[in-house]
This record gives sequence, C-alpha cells and structure tokens, in this order.
Amino acid sequence: MNPVLELQGLSKQFGQLKVTQNVNLSLHPGARHALIGPNGAGKSTLVHQITGLLKPSAGKVLLGGQDVTGLTPEKRVKLGLARTFQINSLFNNLTVAENIGLALQAREGMDGYLMRDITHDSALMDEAAVLLESLSLLDLAHRNIVELAYGQRRMIEIALALALKPRVLLLDEPVAGVPSTEGSRLFDLLERLPAEVATLVIEHDMDLVFRFAKRITVLVEGAVLVEDDVQAVRTDPRVRAVYLGERHDHAA
Amino acid sequence: MTQQTPSKRVAQGFGRQRYTWLDAALLAAAVLTFFFGEYYLALAAMVVLMIIFALSLDLAQGYGGIETLGHAAFFGTGAYAAALYALHVSSEPISGLLVGAAVAALVGLLSGFAILRTHGLTQLMLTLAVATLLYELANVMKSVTNGDDGLTGYDISPVLGLFDFDIYGKTAFVYSCVVLLVIYALLKRLVNSAIGLTAQGIRENRVRMRMLGVPVERRLWLLYTLSAAVAGVAGALSAQINRIVGLDTLMFMMSANVVVMLALGGLGRLYGAFLGAIIFVVLSDRAAAVDPTNWLAVLGVVLILVVRYAPQGVSGWLVNLGRKRRSS
Amino acid sequence: MPNAFSTFLTLTVDGISYGMMLFLISVGLTITLGVMRVVNLMHSAFAMMGGYFALWCMQAGDLHYFVALPLGVLATMVVSLVLERTLYQWVYQANPLGQLLITIGMAFVLTAVVKNLAGPQIQSLSLPEILTGQMSLGSINVSVYRVFVLVLSVVVAGALWLILEFTTFGAKLRAAVDNPRMARCVGINVPLVFSVTFAIGCGLAALGGAVGTQMLPLEPYYGLKYLVLVLIVVAVGGVGSLKGSLYSALLLGLIDTLGRYYVPALGGFIIYLAVLAILLARPRGLVGHAG
Repeated sequence: MNPVLELQGLSKQFGQLKVTQNVNLSLHPGARHALIGPNGAGKSTLVHQITGLLKPSAGKVLLGGQDVTGLTPEKRVKLGLARTFQINSLFNNLTVAENIGLALQAREGMDGYLMRDITHDSALMDEAAVLLESLSLLDLAHRNIVELAYGQRRMIEIALALALKPRVLLLDEPVAGVPSTEGSRLFDLLERLPAEVATLVIEHDMDLVFRFAKRITVLVEGAVLVEDDVQAVRTDPRVRAVYLGERHDHAA
Repeated sequence: MTQQTPSKRVAQGFGRQRYTWLDAALLAAAVLTFFFGEYYLALAAMVVLMIIFALSLDLAQGYGGIETLGHAAFFGTGAYAAALYALHVSSEPISGLLVGAAVAALVGLLSGFAILRTHGLTQLMLTLAVATLLYELANVMKSVTNGDDGLTGYDISPVLGLFDFDIYGKTAFVYSCVVLLVIYALLKRLVNSAIGLTAQGIRENRVRMRMLGVPVERRLWLLYTLSAAVAGVAGALSAQINRIVGLDTLMFMMSANVVVMLALGGLGRLYGAFLGAIIFVVLSDRAAAVDPTNWLAVLGVVLILVVRYAPQGVSGWLVNLGRKRRSS
Repeated sequence: MPNAFSTFLTLTVDGISYGMMLFLISVGLTITLGVMRVVNLMHSAFAMMGGYFALWCMQAGDLHYFVALPLGVLATMVVSLVLERTLYQWVYQANPLGQLLITIGMAFVLTAVVKNLAGPQIQSLSLPEILTGQMSLGSINVSVYRVFVLVLSVVVAGALWLILEFTTFGAKLRAAVDNPRMARCVGINVPLVFSVTFAIGCGLAALGGAVGTQMLPLEPYYGLKYLVLVLIVVAVGGVGSLKGSLYSALLLGLIDTLGRYYVPALGGFIIYLAVLAILLARPRGLVGHAG
C-alpha cells in the first residue's frame, strides 16, 4: 500500500537557524501516528510546511504520491489534507451550523455558487445533522460560536476537519486547554475517527498519545530522534532522556 | 415545540435573509411617498439611488470584508457609460442600465485582480488610487466627458416605451424603485446562497477558509465584480434620472459618503444600506439647505459618535435593542 | 539660455523640491501607521492646520514669514497632542474600519471649522522678498522658493535621521516600532513615546503644509483633497518605512512634475498610473516590511 502522506528530507532554515532538519515521515491509510517532542522542537513549523502555509528550504511533501511541495494550502486541502489548529480557528460570529456548512460547501466545490442555497440540499443537511448529533451538538446548531464553551468549540474545530472527509488529518494538540471534564468526549471522538483516514496528532499529553497512537515520531530541535511503534518509543532511553524534567514523564 | 427532523434543525441554524415586516414597511413607505410626497419625489429618487449604491458596498464590505475608499469608481463609470450610451447609441433606459452595469463590472474585474492580491492598507490605497485614476482620466478626456461642466445633452426614452420621464419625477421615482426591487431581490438570493456564506466565512476567518480548500482571492474577486456591477446600475440610474453626469460621480467624497452611509446603517445586513442611505440623504439635503458648511461638521461628529457608541450602525443598535427586550 | 536639457534640470529640481515637501507631510503618517498601527485619515488636515496657523500669524499677527512658519508648526503640534490624548484614545479602541471613519469624521469637522474661520477661498502664504524670483544654480535657473523648500526639507529630514539614529529617544522609538510589547517590558514608556511621535509627525506635516502653500495652496478642503496624495506616498513607500516614504515622495514628486510638463494631455493622471504600477509590482511598497 502506498503512503498517503510522505515527507522526504524536509528542511527549513531561517538564516542560520535550522528549525527543520531532514525530516522523513510516511503515513499509510488508517495510520494513527503521533508527533511528540519538547517545546521548541519545531512541531508547529513542520505542520505549517505540510499544510503549505510555510515553504520548506529543501525536501518534498507528497500527498497520495503527488508532489505538492509547491502547491497552495487550498489546493492541498482539495487533494485530501485537513488540519485542526492548536488555538481554535473558527468563524466566531457565525453559527455552529454555518461553520459546518462552510466546510461541506467547500468540500463539494459549491462554495462559489451564486444561486444555490446549501439549506436546500437535503443530503448535505442530513450529513451535517449526523455529524453534529455524533458530537451531541445538534441542539446548538443555531448558536454563535462565541456562545459556546471552550470544549465544545474544540469539538467544532475537529468537526470542521472531519466534514471535509480528508485522506490525511493533522490534529494540532486537540485537547489543549480543554478541562478534563470535557476531555473524555474528545477522546471518544478521536477513537471513533474513520478507519481509513491517516491521522497525525501533535501532542504533549502523553495519556492521549499512548492511548491513541500506533506509531510515534519524536522530534527534537527540528530533527527526528526516533520513529517507531508505541512500545518501542515508550521504552527508548533516548526519549526518556529528552523528557527528563517534563511533567508527563512516564515510567516504562 | 414540534419535533423537527435533525436536518431541519441544522437548516434552521443558518442565518437567513428573509422577507420580513421591514420589507413590507419599506414598500409601504415607497407607495406613500409616491402618493403624498409629490414635492419630494426628486429627493426620494436620490434616496433610492443611494440605497442601491450602499447595497453594492454592503456586498463588498459588509459581506466580503473588502474595505474600499474608492467605490465611486464604479458609480461614476456606470454613470458615464450610461450617459455615453444614451448619447451615442440608444436612449433606451433599461439597456442603458445594463451597459452601465457591464462597464462597471469590467472595471471591477480588472481592478479587482490587482486589488485583491493585497490586503490591509495597501488594498485600501489601491482602491483609492484606482478611483482617483479614473477621476483624473475623466478629467483629462474632456472631449468625451465634458470635464467639469458635466456631460449632458442626451435623451432618455420612455421606460418600456410607455412611461415618459415627467417633470414631476413620478416616472423617475417609480423606475428607480422597481430597479431597487429587482436588485434587492437578487441580492437577497445571493447572500442566502453558497457564495453569501463563503463571503462571510472569508470575512470572519480567511486562513480557515483556505484550510477548507476555498480559493479565497477568486471568491472575493467575484464578489467585488458583482458589487461593481450593482454600483454601476446606481450610477447609470443617476445619469438617466438627472440627465447630467459630472466629475463628482467619481470623486473621493462620493466614495466617502457611501462608506459613511453604510457605517451609519450597519454592515452585513442589507437593511443597513436602506437605513443609512435614507438617513444620510435626507439629513444632508435638509442640512445643506440650512447650512452647508456646518453640515460637514455635523456629519463628522455623527460619524465619530456612531463609531464610538454604535459600531454596528443603526441597524445593529436596533437588533441589540430587540435582543435586550426579548431576554428581559 | 534655456535649452531642453536645462529645462529638464530645472524641472528636476522642482520635482525634488515638491517631493521633499510631500515627504515632510507624509512621513508622520507612515510612522503613525507603522508604529501605532492606526489608520489616521486626518493626517493631511494637520498639514493644512500648519498652513492656516502660519497664515493667521502673518495676517492677524503681522508676523514675518520666518517667524510664522515655526509658530504654525508649534501650534499644530500642541493641537495634535491635545487631540492624541483625548479623541485619539477612541481611535485606538476602534477596529481599522472604525479608525478610518472616526479620523475622516475629524477631518470633516476640521474642514468645516476652517471654512467658518478662514473662508472658502484658496490662499497661500505670501513669500518674503528674499524667497521670490529666480536664482542660478550652475547653468540653470531655478525658483528661489523651490530651492528653499528643498534645502529646508533636507535639513529637517537630516535632523530627523540624526535623532533617530543617535539619541536615546530615537532608540526608544525604534524599539517601540519593532516590538511595542517588548519595549514596554524593558521599561520604555510606550504611550509617551507614541504621543511624542504623533506630535512630531504632525509637526512635520504642518511644516510641509506651511512651507508648501505655493505648490499645494490652502483651502478648507485641503485635508480631504490631498489625503489621497499623502496616502499613496505612504503606501508606495511601504507602511512604517521612513526611507520608503522618502524614496516614494521623491519618485512621485518627480513623476508628477515631469509628467505634467512633458505629457500635459495626461496631466494628473500619470502619477496615479505610476502608483498603480508600483503597487502591483511591489504590493508591500518600495521598502516594504513583512506583516
């Protein structure tokens, strides 16, 4: 099976500062991959290069075998890449339904149509309803995002990416800032992600990582320290050395 | 509460511009004006014109978030195009409107290509530069536009071959009202459609829209061109009703006025255009008659106060008032 | 003996002189926009204020031109400081569109006030004897006035540069431009720096406005009429860049002066065409900063 997302020798430097050093990564359909590393390791920079918001100095990004390194973010999304943001990036003064609607419209390529009203599209309305119901947010469909609690907004953040039916899903610290009472619902959602979607999670929360991921890449100072399956990484002494002093240090 | 299907619940979560009592009230106001306001029909036609102009700006600015200080470029272009059309091709009014819209849309298309690749202050400057450029161009091409003296000497045939433009302005008023009705209906349909939602999404969070796969610049370009077309209709109407087109149709004051109108009325609701234009035109007409110099000062003060205390304009203030009453 | 080349040289001097005046008027705006990130559409009105204050000093106070100029500048600076501490606090709180509207509103009010106080007629400051007529620079004849404007602007611009590069205040200002939050953490009184900067910017505009009345004559609508000019100088130069506004002011001043002479059919149209071309090629301006 061919990888659905591939990073080949990805490097980025700002002047003398090397923020990404020769990163290789391969995601196959259905992957549950986590990207971890101490603060300042360059995880966000890497994500920006995958999505296209930042141009790498060297190396390639491939989606489904196609070289997308030179493509705009919009085009990569159309090829099946979706991401969530670490800090909620929603349409705050629009309603929950409208937020999901935007994603659905965009996916169907009808976001530029002058005379078609999405509320008249029963298939899309059904789909939105099912999605919202699975998040227990259907009752809030008419509420503006600003009226929602943080945990609920986080769910919408993920829902937006899911609505795109992506091949590759990048989750940037999905549970960041979510109080533990609302966290469990988020965990459930992550466990119920569609099987074929290749998922890359950037996380600090080791609970989540060990529960969710099958493979882990450890990034330190922009370079890959270790890439292996969960058990191997958990017991790797180099990884523990890096995390010595971090609060989420786990004994093997 | 009746049990609704889930997808119905979702559909109702979308903000929709519906036809409400306000539209009925506006229609009633127009009818009343026609029958009881004979001396004011010229002013009323001016109000209707400006409503159309303000609606065009609401499309670009209120819905798309494109800030512009040069929207007069499209108004003036539409005006000159319609006048020149009447002068050299045909004095039929409805086709004149279409010509005005088309030429203005072309200008919007061309300038939009440049303008929308930028953002922030540069974008604002470019809108201003384009409008000023067109003004200077019109000034320089005196043989065509008659410069400062204004372009006149063209006739407008009766509307639909039946309704002659009378000296009381009855035909002019009804004509502009009908045009407004058509434009308004089209715009209502537009903002309820996919592009309307997309525009709001772009206005709210451009980066997110990109990450949903939306080609942001292309959508804004479309919106800008449509906005230019509507502004062109307003300009063309002005040319046809007033029988004269001057350089003031391209001036900065014209662009500033429409921005003020929309700020007064409130952006992003379509109604704001109505409220703002009515308030502005009526006030400026009355005030200019009383004291033209200090009208500018009053306008300035009103602007400052509106931004400070009612940043969503009059329509936003009314909406908030309604919300407070419902919750108390 | 005027020939084509000497005419060209004379025009060049005129163009540079015009450009330097534009620079004086615009440099304050690029700082306000770049440093304080405030859309200030009232800026050209401060230039007008300088001109009218100087005019008033000469007409009502019967003062000499060279006394009226600095007084006009000072008076404008005082007014600008007062406005900055009061109305501009509202401006800071508004979003960009709101700032645009408030400052335009203020420009409207000022226009009406000036119209009431000074009348609608176009006026300019009458030049003292010493500045009238022509002088010879090498092989060409140039207007004494234009040379005066040029020299004065260069001196002022030079002083500005010296202050920025070599004084503590200059260092603080540059810090505040680069990173206001950090500057505050380091103990720089950012609001004070802003107030003083604002006043200086308005003072420079006032100087440009007062000194340039033969080129941009005074009238109540000055603040609105020449707003476009100031805005495009800033935009073409690159927001927040002093060097940029110098280059763009000179460039646009030359293009306008030479253009009006050599292609009179296109007149004022040329400069806007140039602006469009430049902004298309370099959307961030000649010396654009990222973000």
